[in-house]
Order: sequence, then C-alpha cells, then structure tokens
Amino acid sequence: MLRDVTFELKPNSFQFLTGPSGAGKTSLLKLMFLSMQPTRGLIKAFGKNAIGLERDDLARIRRKIGIVFQDFRLLDHLTTFENVALPLRVMGKDEQNYRADVKELLDWVGLGDRLNVYPPVLSGGEKQRTAIARALISQPDLLLADEPTGNVDPTLAQRLLRLFVELQRTGTAVVIATHDLPLMDQVDARRLVLNEGRLHIYD
Amino acid sequence: MIAKKRKSRVSKNNGPARATAPRLAADGPVFLHEEKKFGKTSNSTSIVPKGSISGHALSFLIAIMSFLACLTVSSVTIVGDAVDQWKTDLGRELTIQILPAEGVDMLVAIEQVVGLAEATAGLGQIRAVSENEARLLVEPWLGDGAFLDDLPLPRLIIAEIIRPDELDLHQFSTALIAQVPTAQLDSHRIWVDRLKSMAGAVMIVGFGILTLVLAATVLTIVFATRAAMAGNRDTVEVLHFVGASNRFIASEFQRHFLLLGLKGSLTGGIIAVIVFYVLGFALQAADGSALSAQIDAFFGTIDPGIGTVFGSGAVVVLISILTSLTTRLTVYRTLTSLHLGGS
Repeated sequence: MLRDVTFELKPNSFQFLTGPSGAGKTSLLKLMFLSMQPTRGLIKAFGKNAIGLERDDLARIRRKIGIVFQDFRLLDHLTTFENVALPLRVMGKDEQNYRADVKELLDWVGLGDRLNVYPPVLSGGEKQRTAIARALISQPDLLLADEPTGNVDPTLAQRLLRLFVELQRTGTAVVIATHDLPLMDQVDARRLVLNEGRLHIYD
Repeated sequence: MIAKKRKSRVSKNNGPARATAPRLAADGPVFLHEEKKFGKTSNSTSIVPKGSISGHALSFLIAIMSFLACLTVSSVTIVGDAVDQWKTDLGRELTIQILPAEGVDMLVAIEQVVGLAEATAGLGQIRAVSENEARLLVEPWLGDGAFLDDLPLPRLIIAEIIRPDELDLHQFSTALIAQVPTAQLDSHRIWVDRLKSMAGAVMIVGFGILTLVLAATVLTIVFATRAAMAGNRDTVEVLHFVGASNRFIASEFQRHFLLLGLKGSLTGGIIAVIVFYVLGFALQAADGSALSAQIDAFFGTIDPGIGTVFGSGAVVVLISILTSLTTRLTVYRTLTSLHLGGS
C-alpha cells in the first residue's frame, strides 16, 4: 500500500524508481499510467485532473505515455512489426507512413530480422525489446518502464539505457523501475525509492 | 505530471531516428532494399484474433439462422404468389349452378341462364360445363361407379368477367332466380375473402418466424461478442494501454464480426436458394406424379425465380447489418461497464 506519496515528474526528466520487492513500484507505475485510481489524493496528468477522466480523454492521455510492462503484454496473434506499430495504428495512421520508422526502430533494438515473427517464438529478451520498441514508437512524452532490462544481457541493457537517456534528451520524461543497482549507477539521475509504502526522493 | 512540446529527434548514432518515412527512405539504399522484402500489411491484419473455434461456431450458427430466414422468406413469397394467382383466377369468373329438381328441364334452364348471362353487361365468354365434365368433377369423391349415370348432377355455367365495373351482380342474381328458381350464383367472393385471410395469416406467421429467427441471431451475436471480448480481454487491455478509444476497439470487433456474419449469412442464403432450385427441379422431374400434381394444384409451379434470390439476398444483407450493429453496441456496452483504468 502506498501512503503520502507526493512527487512531480518534470518534462525532459530522467528518474529511476526503485525499492525492495513488494514495495509498490508496479502499483506506482500503474497510478502514473492511470490504470489504477488512488483511494484518495490527486493525480494530475498533462495539466488535467486524472481522477474521473472521460474515456476519450484517458485514451488521449495514454497516447502520450509509453509503457513497458514487466510481462511485456504483447499480442500473440500479431507479428513483432504489428505489435510495435500498434500505438500508431490506434491513432489512425496509415502503415505507409510509419512502416519505415517501425522498421528502423526494430533494427535498432536488434530485431530487424524478426519483423514477421510472432511473440510465442520470441525469446524473453526479444519480447522485452519488442515491448520497449512499442512503448517508444509513438515518441511519448512520458516513458514508464517496469524492469526494462530484466531479461537482456548486460551489453544490450547498456544499449537500452543509452536509448532511454537519449529519449530524455529529446524531451521525453523517463521513469525506469528497476532493482539493478549497477545499471542505476551508470546514469546520474533522480531516484525515487519506495520503502514500506513511502516514497523517498533523492535528486 | 507533464506538459511539454517535443523539439528535436534522437540522433541516428545513439538511438532510433524519429523521422518521417520520406526522410528515412532517403537516408539509405539498404533500407529501401529491405523494405521491398517486407510485404506484410499490418493494417489489414485483424487486431481481434481470427480463426478461433468460437468464431467458426458463430459463423455456422449464423449460416443456420440465415438458411431458416431465407426459407421463411422464400416460402412466404411462393405462398403469396400462389394466393395472388388464385385470387386473380377466381376474381375473373363467376359460376352459376343449376340444381336438378322435379319439373325442371335442365337443358332449357341451361339455355335460359346462358342467354341471360350473354345479355348481361360486363360478362364475356359463357361456357356451360357438359354433363360429362360435371361427372368427372365429382368422380374423385364418389368414384366412377355406374350409379353416377343415374345420379342427378347439378350443372355448372362459367361466365368470364371482362368488365367488373359494369357488372351488377345483385341485378344479375335477381334476374337469374326469377328465370330459373333452382339456379344459384357463386361469385367466389367467399373464397376470395378466405384466401385473403389465409394469405394474411401466412404473411403474419412468416413475419413472426422471421422475427424470431432474427431475434435469436441477435441474441447469439450478443453472447458471442461478450464471449469474444472475455476471451480477448488481454487484447482489449493492451489496446486501451496503447491509447485506443472505445470507438476504435468497437470498430475492430465490428469488422471481425461483420466478416463472420457475412460469411455465415451468405453461406445460409446460398444453401437456401440451392435447396429451392433443387426442389423446383425435382418437382419438374417428377412431373405427372400425384405429389407433383397436388403441389402444382396448391402452389402452382415452385419456381425459385428472382424473388427468392432477391429475398435471400435481402436476408443476407439484413443479417450482416444486424451482426455488425449488434457487435458494435455490445462492445460499447461492455467497454463502458469495464473499470475505467482497466486492470
């Protein structure tokens, strides 16, 4: 249970969200993603009160947020390309207009040769990279990532971290929930530490 | 949390370039070469999984419903056509029956009736049914025994109505009875009225059956849509997470079920038309048999014709539209009842 949690995510900011297992990292991410409502308190997202939002407004806000789930949440009946392109597709964009971008992003995360492969035959690391690519493809204003480097080797983990830092430089606010202390040490960033339901912020 | 405007793009060296497609295409020939190999069009891939067992079952169910609906429409059309034919035939003529009685010279009476009918305005050809024909008419009920020769049979005179407006039935009837007291005028009105009632009843029953079939179809689709949404809960959640509006999700399900509905209703409709054609051919092949003669007497020739094809086509379109609309409404309702935030 989270209590008395107050913080602000600024545009163009980078922060790690950490804490022991069960401390509420995933719950806090869900609150930030507006997929969970607080029992009391206030959440403001992009200048709007996020409590009791209309569905269309919620959809519009979610298009500004990219999220990487710990369990990936890929659709098994869509190919890697289609999974990554999903956020653009729901925006009503035509494939002709985003095909090159999706391909390039998949190339960059090392999945250029897995475009037409379905998730059930992807390895854990490949699924994770697909999920990351899906979160990034729409150039979100906020990226929330739950253990995004949990299933990849250290080299790729560093590469992904570089990508997140680069995203932050271009204007995306990045929140990475992780247990990986060596990874956190590679970037001088704000740390949000959850412990026993309370949040401690180290700028 | 955040309110900002994006300014720049990620550099190509460190991360993926977020450029528009034309720029990327211009950036490298290798990319263009790879693009040629990449032919899958994801926009055509249904977001709702295809080919599930429940999808096939629903398609099959819709085919059955469509088949029954098409049979109903076609049957009602055939019966309606037959009744129209009967009504036209009966309305075009009237029958005068002269009952045998003591002291009545049948031949003289026939001559008087024919004369009177010929002099009546609105009537055309007058034909007296011969004694032999009258005997043939009662033969199916009384048999062809020799006693028929001794049986005094009523005689019939059939008059064609050519100008119904000019014909004064009451005046004709009065004049007829005045001349030949044992004559009876049958204008077939009672039969026409009964046929009208029967046709109305057939239409109502047909409409009722059609309504029930369509209602059953709608209910089936509602349950199938709910089951599909429950079965694809993960898909719906992910769609919500990537910012899909309810309208987008409803459209995806609608497209999926429209295809299933179209496939099912088209199959049912085509089978129904084939059944009617086969029935028509079978009856033609059995021409001359007792069954064929009986069906022919009641319904005329069973001809699937253009009416059945159009009727079945209309049913197919109707069921497809119903499937599509029902799915959309059900998805909207189900999404509305979901928790705002999803999981």
